[in-house]
Amino acid sequence: MKTIYVDNNATTQVAPEVFEAMKPFLQDVYGNPSSMHFKGGEAQEAMVDAREKVAAVVGASPDEIVFTSCGTESDNAAILGTLESHPEKRHIISTRVEHPAVWTLCKHLEKKGYRVTMLSVDREGRLDLDELRATISDDTALVSIMYANNETGVIFPIEEIGQIVKSRAIPFHTDAVQVVGKIPLDMRKSTVDMLSFSGHKLHAPKGIGVLYIRKGTKFSPFLIGGHQEKGRRGGTENIPYIVGLGKACELAARHLEEENNKARSLRDKLEGGLLERIPDTLVNGDREHRLPNTVSVSFEYVEGESILLMLSNLGICASSGSACTSGSLEPSHVLRAMGIPFTAAHGSIRFSLSIYNTEEDIDYILEQLPPIIERLREISPFWRDYIKASSKK
Amino acid sequence: MWDYTEKVKDHFMNPRNVGEIENPDGFGEVGSLACGDALRLTFKLDEDRRIKDVKFKTFGCASAIASSSALTEMVKGKTLEEAEKISNRDIADYLGGLPEEKMHCSVMGREALAAAIASYRGEKVEKEEFEVICKCFGITDKEIERAVKENNLHTVEQVTHYTKAGGGCESCHPKIEAIIDKVWGEKETKPVLVKPAKGEKLTNIQRMRLIEETLEREIKPALRQDGGDLELIDIEGSKVFVALRGTCSFCPSADFTLKQYVEAKLREFVADDLSVEVKE
Repeated sequence: MKTIYVDNNATTQVAPEVFEAMKPFLQDVYGNPSSMHFKGGEAQEAMVDAREKVAAVVGASPDEIVFTSCGTESDNAAILGTLESHPEKRHIISTRVEHPAVWTLCKHLEKKGYRVTMLSVDREGRLDLDELRATISDDTALVSIMYANNETGVIFPIEEIGQIVKSRAIPFHTDAVQVVGKIPLDMRKSTVDMLSFSGHKLHAPKGIGVLYIRKGTKFSPFLIGGHQEKGRRGGTENIPYIVGLGKACELAARHLEEENNKARSLRDKLEGGLLERIPDTLVNGDREHRLPNTVSVSFEYVEGESILLMLSNLGICASSGSACTSGSLEPSHVLRAMGIPFTAAHGSIRFSLSIYNTEEDIDYILEQLPPIIERLREISPFWRDYIKASSKK
Repeated sequence: MWDYTEKVKDHFMNPRNVGEIENPDGFGEVGSLACGDALRLTFKLDEDRRIKDVKFKTFGCASAIASSSALTEMVKGKTLEEAEKISNRDIADYLGGLPEEKMHCSVMGREALAAAIASYRGEKVEKEEFEVICKCFGITDKEIERAVKENNLHTVEQVTHYTKAGGGCESCHPKIEAIIDKVWGEKETKPVLVKPAKGEKLTNIQRMRLIEETLEREIKPALRQDGGDLELIDIEGSKVFVALRGTCSFCPSADFTLKQYVEAKLREFVADDLSVEVKE
C-alpha cells in the first residue's frame, strides 16, 4: 500500500539530507562540545555551524539561538523564564486557540494564582486586537500569541500585535512551531522578543527545539544546570540533532519560496476539489491569512475518527479536530473557540502538506475521500433527516 | 492511534444491519450531534415475539459504529426479555474488548436498545426522578449510578470513559465522586445524618446526634487501638466538651490528638466551626 502523508503539521518525515548529515555524529563524532580535547572541538565546530544555519532561517544572530529538546520546552522556557524575571507582575495574555504547550501551561498558571487573559477569536479564527489593547496593563508580565494555528493554519498579524505589546514595553513571545520554514521570518525587523520552534515540523527529527531570545531580553533559565547555551539552558547539547536541525534549516531557507508555491498550489487543488465533490463541506478558518500547506475542512453529519480510519486503510494519513481522536470528549478547543457548530466540528479533517507531496497524492485523495464521506453519511442517522428537511424547504 | 481489536475493525469497516426499518415495532434513539455520537435503533418482531429484523444508524467514531453493529447481531432472534439482559459489558466482550476511553460507545448501545424496547411496550423511557449531573453531555445521576454499579467503576475518570459525564468543563467532578461514594458506600456503615451543605442547618438535636455518631464511629475506635478513650460531657453551641479516659488521660500528646484528630474529624463530619475542649 502506498503512503500518502498529509499530516505534516503533526510531524514531518526526516529529509534524507538531514539524516546523512546526522550520521557521523551518531558514530565517530561523539565528543562533548564542552570538552577541552580535539573530540570536543569537533562537536563544538559542528554546533557553531549548525547554530549559524538555524539563526539564518529566522534572521537572528547565532547567540540569540538556544537549543532545547522540543517546541513544548521552548514555550515553557519562554513563559516561565519571563515570569521568573518579572516576579512583581501577575498577568499573562494569550489566546484561546494556542497549542496545548502554551494553553495548558496558562491554565496551570491560572490555578497558581496568575491572572490569565485568553483572547477570543471570531468565526474565521481571527483575533480582535482591540481586546488586546483593552486588557494589556502595567501588571502584564508577558504576551504569548502563536504565529499561526496548527489546526486551521490561520496566521495572526504578529507584527501588528508586537507593536501594541512593545509600546507598553512588555515581553512578547510567539509560538512559531508551524511557521518556521513555511513563511519567511526576519527577527532583525521584528517586534518579537522570543520565538519557539521545533525541528520535527521541518524535516529534522523529533527531540530538538529552538528558543530564539532577542539580545537584551530578561530571561531566567528553565532547565537549571551547566553553563551550556550561555547559561540559558543546562544539559549537554544534543549534537546529532542540532546538526540535523542545522541541515533542515539550511534546506528550508534555500527552498522556501519554491516549496511554498508548490504546497500552496497542491493545497488549493485539494481544497477546491473537496468542496466541489462533497456537498455540505466547509473550510474552517480565514482563507486569506493562512499557512500555504494547511487546510481544515468539515464534513457535516459525520464524525472525524471514522473518516481518518477509513482514510488510513487506504494509506492516507491526515488528522481531525474531532473529540474521539484526541482521547478527550469534546471537539478541538480551537474549533470550539471559533464557534464552529457541533455538526461540523466533529467531522473536521486537517490536511497539512509538505514538499514531498505530489499531484498524484492529491488526485488519490480526491478520488478516495468522496465515497468514504458518502458511506459514513449513509450510516449517520442525521444525514437523511437533514436531506429530507432541506428538500422540504 | 486507538488499539482496536480485529473484531472492532471488522464491524467498523463492514457494519452489519445498517439502515432504518419502516414502521418498526421498536424505535430507540440516544445521543446527539452535539455529544459527538448518536445511535438510532429500529427492530421488528416475528409472531413468536422474537426480534426478526433489527437495523441501526450511528453517527460517531469507529467504536460507536462497531458497537452498534455488534448489538444488532447480538439481539437478532432473541425475545425482548432475553435482549434486555444484554449489558454494555456484553457488547464490549462480543467485540473482544474496547479501549477504556471508548466504553461509553457500548453504553450507548445498551441505552438505545432499552429505549427501543420501552417504545415497543409503550412505556416512556424510565422517567424517574433524576438530576442532570454533567451539563456538558446531559448525563443524569441515574445513568452514572447504573454505569458505576454495572461496570464496577471507582474513579471519576472511569465514569467519564463509560458515560462521558465529566468529560467537558469538569465542574461536575465532585458530584460524580459523591455518586461513586454513595454507590460503594452503601456497603459500609454510613452516618444516618450527613454534614449539611453550605447554607443549610442542622437542628440542635440533629447536630448533637451527629456529634455522638461521629465520636463513636470515626474517633473512639482509633483512640481505643492505643488504649485511650474519651467521653462526651457536654455540647454548648459550637464547643464540644470531652473527658479523656484510658491512656489519653495521662498522654503527653493528648492536646495534639484532641486538636489535630478529634476536632478535625468533628469538623469534617459535622460542622466547620466546632472546637473541642477538655472538661473533667
